[in-house]
Amino acid sequence: MKIHVRYFAAFREAAGTAGELVETGASTPAALFRECAGRHANLQTYSASLVAINDEMADWEQPLADGDEVLFFPPVAGG
Amino acid sequence: MNSFEVTSGTIEPWILRERLADRACGAYVQFEGWVRDHNEGQRVLRLEYEVYEPLALKEGQKIIDEAVERFGLNHAAAIHRSGLIELGDIAVLVGVSTPHRGEAFEACRYVIDQLKVRLPIWKKEYYANGAAEWVNCQRCAEAGHPHEP
Repeated sequence: MKIHVRYFAAFREAAGTAGELVETGASTPAALFRECAGRHANLQTYSASLVAINDEMADWEQPLADGDEVLFFPPVAGG
Repeated sequence: MNSFEVTSGTIEPWILRERLADRACGAYVQFEGWVRDHNEGQRVLRLEYEVYEPLALKEGQKIIDEAVERFGLNHAAAIHRSGLIELGDIAVLVGVSTPHRGEAFEACRYVIDQLKVRLPIWKKEYYANGAAEWVNCQRCAEAGHPHEP
């Protein structure tokens, strides 16, 4: 299936891109992140990071569907 | 009135107080988050906030609504800065007004604590030594970050 991936802040700098369209068999954001980290050498662990699917906060183990937009958020630091 | 906003302009400290004023309330508590000149032993020159607005606005509004519901507030609001911001500026402003002070203190604390952990906002610090780093993200990218986490 096709998934739109977007990277923010430190993840964007590590991946060297703000986003990409990927063809993947990953069934969850966690599996998708591992796959992306395999392609972008500087992209590291997602522990303490957050994920959103189609502009809703999501769970790392939530199932993905074809055409989803997955947003990878590195550890947040507002305030 | 019970709103969460993001702005790239200066946040003046009095704007929420005016907006949340209510004669039914006996207490108004406000939190101002300021840009500090140091962090973990490094001298900080300025900050940059990256905000993913579509979700920050949605999640920020949820936090405000939760606080109103949970603490029985009359009013609550918060504003967060985006973009480049200088030392001493207000990075985040939270205000709550209630009939009595107890709930106002608690609710203000709740809002700022939740904003810090739930909003898709990232802070980049620019240091006096020329380096710049994303706060809380030492392990997100190893390249260019040779120090121990």
